Amino acid sequence: MAVAFDEMNIPGGDLRPAYQELARWLKETPPEALEYRRQEAELLFRRIGITFAVYGDAEATERLIPFDVIPRIMSGKEWALLEKGLKQRVRALNMFLRDIYHGREVLRAEIVPDDLIFQNPVFRPEMNGQQVPHDVYVHIAGIDIVRVDANDFIVLEDNARTPSGVSYMLENREIMMRLFPDLFARHKVAPVERYPDELLAALRSVAPLSASAEPTVALLTPGVYNSAYYEHSFLADKLGIELVEGRDLIVKNNEVFMRTTEGLKRVDVIYRRVDDDFLDPLTFRPDSVLGVPGLMSAYAAGNITLANAVGTGIADDKAIYSYMPDIVKFYLGEEPILKNVPTWRCREPKDLAYVLDNLGELVVKEVHGSGGYGMLIGPAATKATIEAFREKLKREPEGFIAQPTLALSTCPTCTAAGLAPRHVDLRPFVLTGSKRTTIVPGGLTRVALKEGSLVVNSSQGGGTKDTWILDE
Amino acid sequence: MLSRTAENLYWLARYVERAEYLARTIDATLRVTALPAAYIGKTNEWDSALLTAGVAASFYQQYEEANENNVVDYLSFSQSNPSSIRNCIEAARLNSRSVRTALTSEMWDTINSAWIELQEVWSKGTSTREDLAKFLRFVQETSLRFDGSAYRTMLRNDAYWFSRLGLHLERADNTARILDVKYHVLLPEEEHVGGPLDFYQWSSILRSVSALTAYHWVYRETLKPWLVADLLILNGTLPRSLASCYDNLVRNLDQIGVAYGRQGPAQRHARGIRNRLEHSNMNDIFQHGVHEFIQEFIADNSRLGEIITKQYLI
Repeated sequence: MAVAFDEMNIPGGDLRPAYQELARWLKETPPEALEYRRQEAELLFRRIGITFAVYGDAEATERLIPFDVIPRIMSGKEWALLEKGLKQRVRALNMFLRDIYHGREVLRAEIVPDDLIFQNPVFRPEMNGQQVPHDVYVHIAGIDIVRVDANDFIVLEDNARTPSGVSYMLENREIMMRLFPDLFARHKVAPVERYPDELLAALRSVAPLSASAEPTVALLTPGVYNSAYYEHSFLADKLGIELVEGRDLIVKNNEVFMRTTEGLKRVDVIYRRVDDDFLDPLTFRPDSVLGVPGLMSAYAAGNITLANAVGTGIADDKAIYSYMPDIVKFYLGEEPILKNVPTWRCREPKDLAYVLDNLGELVVKEVHGSGGYGMLIGPAATKATIEAFREKLKREPEGFIAQPTLALSTCPTCTAAGLAPRHVDLRPFVLTGSKRTTIVPGGLTRVALKEGSLVVNSSQGGGTKDTWILDE
Repeated sequence: MLSRTAENLYWLARYVERAEYLARTIDATLRVTALPAAYIGKTNEWDSALLTAGVAASFYQQYEEANENNVVDYLSFSQSNPSSIRNCIEAARLNSRSVRTALTSEMWDTINSAWIELQEVWSKGTSTREDLAKFLRFVQETSLRFDGSAYRTMLRNDAYWFSRLGLHLERADNTARILDVKYHVLLPEEEHVGGPLDFYQWSSILRSVSALTAYHWVYRETLKPWLVADLLILNGTLPRSLASCYDNLVRNLDQIGVAYGRQGPAQRHARGIRNRLEHSNMNDIFQHGVHEFIQEFIADNSRLGEIITKQYLI
């Protein structure tokens, strides 16, 4: 693997401009002071209760995501390009989803193969021909971005279902501002705090026609035991909306109501953090106790907006991902601004043969996987793991895609041995309302804390950093 | 607000209040039992503690004898006792987590920090008397902090009123229970079988509802059992008296009624109890029988809880 692109240091000893002030500050700050504030940050996180749960881990039902106090910095110019690319990509995702559930021109034009849609378990036939309010499917998108050089932004994954992590973007900034006021005084960092306002505006803008002029928005959570529960309660609080569970909602005459101390109250928009499968036991999994019986018929009647819409999983499928550059061109007639990682589709025999021959160098992912689970990182895997994976791959090739192992960019990070480069990615959050698409300048930077590791997922030893976009 | 949110707030306040009351009960019992036997007579104070906590029946399913070790463990740390201090704190934290949006950050911080701190106590236990005393003090301080932060930081809307309902309903129940168990030492002098030794019983009762100093301020007298009863039942200035709890319950229910533009059975029932307390005096109560009076009150109070639940929380 090539030497990774470092976002602070230029080989030869120079610094990239965005990091110059930080480097100066680091030189002036004794390591003990940094360590002291690092500990303080951890204490704050624990006291605020910013935790997440790891499924299948009985020991620690609530864990902290390690927070690295060294910010990741991007220049305003870099951000402008990224922002443009993100807006383009999310526009295409929304058009693609509308097309898939209506005219299917993209299939007729043979841009995407039929069976990839119709045989896909996350394709929702219930959504065929169904009108969604304002034609918005993906109201909140989390697009995972990596860099390998100074010029390009590469999309690693499109998260179009219920992307999480935005609470870390907001809380990381709060804590950084509390701990490092001096550092902020020396930089012009674009603020992120208006994200909740933007989100609420976007959600209200997509209320169904039958809603009142002041639509009621609620956030639907699976409950306190969900791994992202903290984020759900945090967002509901910041948006000033009710945090509801399935049992708080009831459908009557195809309208959705919440049970309140004053009786039933109509709900118009549900920001749902519950997966499609669990939304309505009458339509999807009958054993779901997290959902609301009848919700889908209220949805079909046009009396409720679900954000994101049902059936968006098709757009964050990793096999579909490999067609995204063509999808962007097809709908927008533009060259995609953000690149894709070259992807081998194991469902295609030629690609599969290549993948099987080169398992040791590739990253192989499940097409429906997330959270970094079920993936093979060839260069880091043992022979036995690779062989076991090879069998899995042969048995069900359509379940996998493969990509080259990218040398993700690195950023300076606190380690036991002082500052050292660690690999990072970035998840910006793209909001789409009825009229406009907005992105708060920043996002969630995830960092692989182990030396050499490329896995940034919090469930597997990743941490987070505050992401600064300089307002030049 | 969501019924579930109101329910959580209501129970959150109850759990915190109950934890404090249990800590006070244990504290007061430890004091009394530390006295030489001649001062407290033959009653088993640990048995009384179980009775006032309302868990005697479940306790004896697990233990043969009510002694300091068993009872302190059962009331403080037992996971099988649904209303042990530990389970109250755990339930309070869980409730807080599910209604975080309705809590102020100060309230959440109080519960969450206490919960974090107490994890160590749960795993290690309290090996010395000093540890135990520290633990009991910590629980009481947590309740004070929680109550104080609710009072100082919550918006005065239904969220606040429902949490106050939980607090006062629980408090009334606790005060009534201690009276229920100890009524026999509170009878007027002429009917009383004990002697001056009961002084320690009386002060112990007052201590468990933090009213010892208050007593002296109100009556400027030595401890007299009927005055202790008067203070805990009828005195509207003592925050833990039944009268005072009902003033608060009526006021908070009225505020909910006004905000929602509608009164209901909860408001009527609470007003009925308050009126009965207002028109009682200790003579009548002693005539009628303190024990009967208290038992009736406990039943009425728990009925109010059911009515509130039906009217608002489900």
